[in-house]
Amino acid sequence: MTAANINWEAINADPRFQNLHKKKTRFLLMLMVIAIGYYFLLPIGAAYFTDIFKIKVAGPVNVGLLFALSEFIVAWGVAFYYSVRAKQFDEMAQALIRDAEKIGRQS
Amino acid sequence: MKQHSKTILAAVAALPFLVSLPVFAQGAVAEQWRWLTFLVFGVIIAMTLFVTYIAARRVRSASDFYTAGGGVTGMQNGWAIAGDYLSAASFLGIAGLISIWGYDGFMYSVGWLVAYITVLLVIAEPCRNIGKYTLADILAYRNNPKATRIVGALSVITVSIFYLTAQMVGGGVLVKTLIGIDYVVSVVVVGILMLGYVLFGGMVATTWVQIIKAVLLVTASIVLVILVWAQYGFFGDFLANVIGDAQVQGRVAQILGDAAKNMSGQELGQRFLEPGLLFKAPIDQISLGMALVFGTAGLPHILMRFFTVPTAQEARKSVLWAMGIIGGFYLLTLFLGMGAAMKVGAPGIMAVDAGGNMAAPLLAQALGGGPDSLLGNFMLAFVAAVAFATIVAVVAGLVLAAASAIAHDLYVGVVRGEHATQTEQVRAARIATVFVGAVAIIIGIAAQGQNVAHLVALAFAVASSANFPCILMTLYWKRCNTGGIVAGMLVGTLAAIGLVLVSPNMTYPKAIKAAAQTALDGAIAKQAVIDADLASGDAARADKAKQAQAALDKAVAKAKGDLEKFKDQETSMVGLEKPLFELRNPGLISIPLGFLAVILGSLLYRDKRAEEMWDEFYVRQNTGILAARATQH
Repeated sequence: MTAANINWEAINADPRFQNLHKKKTRFLLMLMVIAIGYYFLLPIGAAYFTDIFKIKVAGPVNVGLLFALSEFIVAWGVAFYYSVRAKQFDEMAQALIRDAEKIGRQS
Repeated sequence: MKQHSKTILAAVAALPFLVSLPVFAQGAVAEQWRWLTFLVFGVIIAMTLFVTYIAARRVRSASDFYTAGGGVTGMQNGWAIAGDYLSAASFLGIAGLISIWGYDGFMYSVGWLVAYITVLLVIAEPCRNIGKYTLADILAYRNNPKATRIVGALSVITVSIFYLTAQMVGGGVLVKTLIGIDYVVSVVVVGILMLGYVLFGGMVATTWVQIIKAVLLVTASIVLVILVWAQYGFFGDFLANVIGDAQVQGRVAQILGDAAKNMSGQELGQRFLEPGLLFKAPIDQISLGMALVFGTAGLPHILMRFFTVPTAQEARKSVLWAMGIIGGFYLLTLFLGMGAAMKVGAPGIMAVDAGGNMAAPLLAQALGGGPDSLLGNFMLAFVAAVAFATIVAVVAGLVLAAASAIAHDLYVGVVRGEHATQTEQVRAARIATVFVGAVAIIIGIAAQGQNVAHLVALAFAVASSANFPCILMTLYWKRCNTGGIVAGMLVGTLAAIGLVLVSPNMTYPKAIKAAAQTALDGAIAKQAVIDADLASGDAARADKAKQAQAALDKAVAKAKGDLEKFKDQETSMVGLEKPLFELRNPGLISIPLGFLAVILGSLLYRDKRAEEMWDEFYVRQNTGILAARATQH
């Protein structure tokens, strides 16, 4: 397989690629916004909602500590969810890789 | 070559022992235990040199040198990324912050993990599919190769040098603080060791040194945390012990000052688990968060790691591993930091290093039985040796990134127009490595005594304001072109550096002198109080007064020193009497500026090729078609 005998334009226009592109873009955007947004709630909460962060939940454990710990869970959760969904994207891409040299050519 | 490398490796291995003898000063390790420290250091260094020796035989092509031939697995790369990331700044620094500031230190660690979400979602896989050796490879793909390689390489070199300087100075100070080896000698040893790894073993050795170091670091932390739990209990009991601890309560009382007068011990302890002891400027925190979350994806030595794996799937796997290791590590750090706050105590930690960087090593010593025990000193030596290996390994990764920008982008790409044989490429890479290594050592020595903490923040600021917008936009925006890349790199870099130059990070002699004068004026009244207490005959009051006297003497000495140091200086480096820009972290302003520059530059510049190449570029970055070919080259 060399670059010369691949019709990139045709692959880009292929409905399967367009489908992959749309699904992946929407998914990544959503996940980025959730993950980054959730992260910034921590410094914002610590600075502007200090009283809520200080509320004790169990013994010395307060909302702030639980929230900081939840950041780890959310980060790992996002990563795990991404890895699951990415496998589907891999499969969609696999079909395109297999046919890469055929798409857009008479055969 | 082989014989040659053996001799040099042997010389490098012997260096720490040869040079250590005549240059001792006072360190955290008592003199009679120094042999133990050197033994542990020696064993760990010997391990890394053995790996380098094995790796040296596998480095033949440019691909071997820069990216270990693309033959690293996802799991190995994940450990190596964690190794690259868990630099002394995050290992020693965050444990230290937690030990003296409590909750705020822990909050600070979160951003360093979340940063990898950006890497995982939008950077790692496309870069693996498109790039070959360097960041500029990605930029050059559909743009004017020479122009984008030049700006890309310049930005990579800038970021690497900032980060490198912070690491070299940090390494020198660390070794000096721990075992009392002279600063200059420490810097030279770090530099030579690092050169040994990179020069002979290239990316193969750098990767394996990172892996070994990351495994040692994580193992050491797990052992320490288990010992902490054994003494103070797991989560709930542990925290109950934290708030009930007299040292923790004392530390909070000290931070709060007058506000602490009406608080009970338990309230003071609880305050340690609440936000706001350290961070007073939320906007600055958010600005730093932005630099971390977007900057990590633009750090050249992290980006380079994704070219060492064979496929996008392995790149993904490596980020997942890295996130698991890094996140787990920061969770352990919570217990290390708070454990140190109880076991060692903030005053003891800050006596050795005011920034708290020695919290983890001192905790190790205390858990092992204290400064007079064999086990305590062994554990201190082990943690110290791991921290030392950390610095050398991170410096190696940075030098490799900077050297690849010089040799691969500037020399082979721009000067030779992409035409060079494998032998020439490897030779160019080695020459560039020696050059960057020498520069690192010289800067490290020149920066002795300087406050370089803000240089790491500056590296992240440039990476997030210049590298990240350029990479992201060229990957995902069709209209992005050469004009946008050049504008984005220049504006992002200059904005980040410019804003820091006029920020409170710089030294403002006029303000320091005013503060010193106020301290000296106030000292007279304080002295009177102390004298009265000493003369009162009350033993408790006299004891307190003696402590106050020591603190006051220190403050007076510092104030006098400051007045003397800035005698002939009124303004900062750029001629300012006070900061023009109040944020310590410029990300909030410079990141949007970087993006704006990429967009405007792209719209104003016409580049048909960049748009024509889009189909090929976008299909490749999404599918990985031909990606395997790129590594073989």
